Amino acid sequence: MATLTEAPPPLTPTAAETKPPRRRGRLTPYLLLLPGLLWLFVFFALPMIYQASTSVQTGSLEEGYKVTWHFATYWNALSEYWPQFLRSLAYAASATVLCLLLGYPLAYLIAFRAGRWKNLVMILVIAPFFTSFLIRTLAWKTILADGGPVVGALNSLHVLDVTSWLGWTSGDRVLATPLAVVCGLTYNFLPFMILPLYTSLERIDGRLHEAAGDLYAKPWTTFRKVTFPLSMPGVVSGTLLTFIPASGDYVNAELLGSTDTRMIGNVIQTQFLRILDYPTAAALSFILMAGILIMVTVYIRRSGTEDLV
Amino acid sequence: MKTTDNSGDVRLSGISKTYGSFTAVHPLDLTVPQGSFFALLGASGCGKTTTLRMIAGLEEPTSGTVHLGDQDVTALPPYKRPVNTVFQSYALFPHLDIFENVAFGLRRRGIKSVKKQVEEMLELVQLGEQARKKPHQLSGGQQQRVAVARALINHPKVLLLDEPLGALDLKLRRQMQLELKRIQTEVGITFVHVTHDQEEAMTMADTVAVMNAGRVEQLGSPADLYENPQTTFVANFLGTSNLIETEVDTKSGDDIVLKAGGGKLLLPSERCAAPATAGGRVLIGVRPEKISITHADDAGTITEGRNRITGKIADASFIGVSTQYVIDTPVCDEFAVYAQNVERDGRLVPGADVVLHWNPAHTFGLDAAQDIDAGIEEEAV
Repeated sequence: MATLTEAPPPLTPTAAETKPPRRRGRLTPYLLLLPGLLWLFVFFALPMIYQASTSVQTGSLEEGYKVTWHFATYWNALSEYWPQFLRSLAYAASATVLCLLLGYPLAYLIAFRAGRWKNLVMILVIAPFFTSFLIRTLAWKTILADGGPVVGALNSLHVLDVTSWLGWTSGDRVLATPLAVVCGLTYNFLPFMILPLYTSLERIDGRLHEAAGDLYAKPWTTFRKVTFPLSMPGVVSGTLLTFIPASGDYVNAELLGSTDTRMIGNVIQTQFLRILDYPTAAALSFILMAGILIMVTVYIRRSGTEDLV
Repeated sequence: MKTTDNSGDVRLSGISKTYGSFTAVHPLDLTVPQGSFFALLGASGCGKTTTLRMIAGLEEPTSGTVHLGDQDVTALPPYKRPVNTVFQSYALFPHLDIFENVAFGLRRRGIKSVKKQVEEMLELVQLGEQARKKPHQLSGGQQQRVAVARALINHPKVLLLDEPLGALDLKLRRQMQLELKRIQTEVGITFVHVTHDQEEAMTMADTVAVMNAGRVEQLGSPADLYENPQTTFVANFLGTSNLIETEVDTKSGDDIVLKAGGGKLLLPSERCAAPATAGGRVLIGVRPEKISITHADDAGTITEGRNRITGKIADASFIGVSTQYVIDTPVCDEFAVYAQNVERDGRLVPGADVVLHWNPAHTFGLDAAQDIDAGIEEEAV
């Protein structure tokens, strides 16, 4: 009997057997990271360094540019183009708010009410991506064309009187006005708002809604106190995914706007490709990047979603 | 005072629920008196949770009415009903801390100073220290207590519990069963508890309704259900029963004489839930712990007047307090017998010939038209 009280010792593999696989196992994560890191280095870090050095160069196209640590370029760029900066931020912010107002109800519907239509509606949301960004934006040129049905309807409803008074449109035109640019931005970035919103709404346990109702919350209160707070991660990532690319966008302002609606993206594009003033263009890009980084950091801090994400 | 106040009565009249062609709950009449601890017991899919959700207002009944006291609440949405629910897996609000979770119901009803009440409630469930933690920082048992506190703080007329202990491990579940029972006695609110765990239902509830396939099979006190099952489902679902098919021979006095496997067995007439006519068939049952087991060599020592069956031990498992035998008998090849380990007979090993005997008063009779195995698989939890 005594022999049975002691369990047999587990088989111990020899050191030679265990070592090689373990070492390989330790390296595997780094090996898997390598292609991505290389990609990032070549296509992100290197261009950034190159741009940074360009922004502090002086010279001309004929004589060539040299690094002279000319930081004044930043100051000059900012003092000359601050209206375009502000306009970019205002347009991007308006488009983001519009996207949120349009996207939230849709994401809510898909997540909670669509039932078996869920996948179909999701495909419809993504479907515009199957055509090129440019084509879609050009289509809006037709939609908002002078004398077209949309403008005609807005005109006869006297909506344009109000928007003109607000300075969003001018006279009978929608095209080539701030409204057209903001509409284009809203349309193009709407899916980037809907997808994260949908993801975070879909994750909410339906029983939480029932629990709120059971605890005397009316449907609207349930939304305010339970659903919306729980969808904050989606709201934050959706607004970021809309706001960041929208503030750097130049296609919408180029195609749907006029010289009065130029955004900072248009300025950078012109500096780079037409005027060929590389230092100013690079400096503008860095100012935009720094501005967005600061705003995003403040936004994430203030929305307090770190522990929800 | 308790006897005159009926505002916490739950009265279901002809309530039913169908989903398309599937009937989850057949028309059901049920009254749960004020202040009682009532359990709805059944396997998953038997309609117990649907019934509970209809009381809560989370599910609209296809027919029938729900009354709380004298008030017809059938048409009221959940947020207007004076009932609260402890949900399966608790459904605590993850973005609110424990204090705000518990205060949620009070705040929704416009009560401004909630601090004192919430603190008292957290004391009752022994979570005063955790008030500022988020739900995910608590253990399962603590979350469960938050869910109870969050519901109870509203002083509902009825507290509904939907498998509240299902997510806890066995030891914690036992502890919480006693805890819930203590709270119920303390606050005196009507509790309606849904569970698939027969032991849980029997430990906690004053009255148990056993549900099967959308119908209440039997309703009664735990002891009554266990001792006098009316259907094979109840006999098999609540604990274990040995069921034997028999033929009615004669009636002698208060007993019915039955023929089974060449022997005769007695069944008290008042314990037979089915009509017994000579030549008809009746199922009889006896609980495993009521049976004594004696080695065949000592058969002579068995007192006269006891029901006897001979057999051979097929399997014996020693589980400390008792030994559980499986006996191969002519009437049933898996006859279960639980014998207390008071004095163990060394001869009772697999293969031994034995005589099983029990007091005829412990036999119950059932309608033989039923499925003899109803409720057996479902019991395996």
